[in-house]
Amino acid sequence: MTRAASVRRSSGLRTWRHLWASGGGRFSVIVLAVVVLTAAVSLVWMPFDPRTTDIAARWGGPGWPHLLGTDGTGRDLLSLIMAGARTTVLVAVGAGVVATLVGVLLGALGALTARGIRETVAVLVDILIAFPVLIIAMMISSVWGGSLWVVVWSVGIGFGVNIARVTRPELRRVQQSEFVLAARANGLSAPQILAQHLLPNVAPVFIVQLSWSMAVAVLAEAGLSYLGFGASVVDPSWGILLADLQRYIAVHPLSVVWPGLAITVTVLALNLLGDGLREASDPTLRHNPRAVAARSHVPAVIA
Amino acid sequence: MIRYTLVRGALLIAGLLVASAVIFLALRVFPGDVAQLIAGSKATPAQVDALREALGLNRPLPVQYAEWIGGLFHGDLGTSQLSGASVAEEIALKAQVTVPLMALSLIIALLIGVPLGILTALLRGRRSGTLVNVAAQAIAAVPVIWAGMMLVVVFAIWLGWLPAQGFPRNGWADPGRALQALLLPALTIGVVEGAMLLRFVRSATLQASGEDFVRTAAAKGLTRARALILHGVPAVGLSVLTVLGVQIAGLIVGSVVIEQLFTLPGIGRMVVADVGTRDLVKVQSELLVLTGSVLVVGFLVDLVHHLIDPRQRESA
Repeated sequence: MTRAASVRRSSGLRTWRHLWASGGGRFSVIVLAVVVLTAAVSLVWMPFDPRTTDIAARWGGPGWPHLLGTDGTGRDLLSLIMAGARTTVLVAVGAGVVATLVGVLLGALGALTARGIRETVAVLVDILIAFPVLIIAMMISSVWGGSLWVVVWSVGIGFGVNIARVTRPELRRVQQSEFVLAARANGLSAPQILAQHLLPNVAPVFIVQLSWSMAVAVLAEAGLSYLGFGASVVDPSWGILLADLQRYIAVHPLSVVWPGLAITVTVLALNLLGDGLREASDPTLRHNPRAVAARSHVPAVIA
Repeated sequence: MIRYTLVRGALLIAGLLVASAVIFLALRVFPGDVAQLIAGSKATPAQVDALREALGLNRPLPVQYAEWIGGLFHGDLGTSQLSGASVAEEIALKAQVTVPLMALSLIIALLIGVPLGILTALLRGRRSGTLVNVAAQAIAAVPVIWAGMMLVVVFAIWLGWLPAQGFPRNGWADPGRALQALLLPALTIGVVEGAMLLRFVRSATLQASGEDFVRTAAAKGLTRARALILHGVPAVGLSVLTVLGVQIAGLIVGSVVIEQLFTLPGIGRMVVADVGTRDLVKVQSELLVLTGSVLVVGFLVDLVHHLIDPRQRESA
């Protein structure tokens, strides 16, 4: 084992300890584990088939055998929420992957290329940041129609641009550092330097942004599905469930509590995870307004 | 200041041009055949061709783009492909709902975020301060549609104080009723945005409390709270301004969702409907208006920031 690898592993362990030590961090780890586990379990077992309707049991309150009650067509709410967790995990991970690809590509172009390209990309990123995720979603959706892919791509692109902007100065700084000069003198190629030195160094900033973009993806799924740009009525999704139940809100106001709560708790966990990781990677950032401004940039109102 | 305004203004115009090009290309190049989309899958090739001719889609893209942009300079945002109505007139009409909604939301967000943010900073380390902070964190994670539904349940269904949906047919002819219709939607956005603003104000105030000028003031005999309010808070104002710029962008987006939820006849609801019917010329102009307003807000915030902060003036 190389020395660099051992250093990296111990820093990962430290981050984990730091995260687990704070209340918010522990909350986020537990909640996210429950969501992922629920999604996994729903693949093999659910109390009822979430698509099966049972008119005789419609609008049942919480109790046995429908633990969270039923909706207007007698579908089991717990099963619907379990199946929705699957969609949520899928959307969050998908948006995270797209955001990473867009962020790395734009960040590298904006930091590591020739001066002319670099500055053009930098200005472009500044302009693209003004495009709210919803606008990107509407552009994609007016062309291809609504689907979960619209959510994945719009959040991915929207946050990839954000990631590019945050990582660009970091990349510039690291690139001008002595160990990169040394690596270059040793004859390493640009992609090798990027993979071995630059990316590991911006990884902490990156991961924090990533967990926030996943939070937005979860909110965006709800909002965009509600507007008809996201999941369709046949997909089990928290956003669709919320939109579905809203029509009966005057008669059965409390049925909308569960899907809304599921979304809120998951988003809160992802937000806290980002906060916790940021503090773990740099404790001096704890009360830095700039960092909070970047955090506030996460447009909760999307959903 | 003049130099800065010119440079920043040039960047705004560049931004608007790039935004218009991105929107135009996204709606024209990628989808394949717009005429086919509008005509539907059952149309004959001849019908599609006729439609393409009528919409001017057979001309080269740069010409179409130039015509659209040229029209914008005369305040002509094009006409709807479906209804033939002027897009500019319709946007102006719908803005009578959307703009007051946004203004009201912003006022509510400020009323919640600023005082409570300063208060929680002062109460740092005490249980009550932590409680408000945790609540703010949780509320900032609430999906706006759910927040809206819960407020409807409480204020419209249980208490019956406010209308749950809709806007008076005669618009602002009866200002009281119009305002009443906007109150719940504005409260929904205002509470969620306010919670985010609160977190920012708290954090900025805490940072200011560590600054030398606040510590000096405290050393001269002011209490910590007084030193913070008299010297720290004004310094916080500037960074709050920047965040407000970002939040207004959030409001523009938020109004789209909230107008749908409360069936308010505003710009956001119109865009959603037009995306649904694939009225692409209209969508194109509407998206540019939305993105453009985000860019213009950013421009104005930067100018005010520059005007107030002497440090920025010197460095420019």
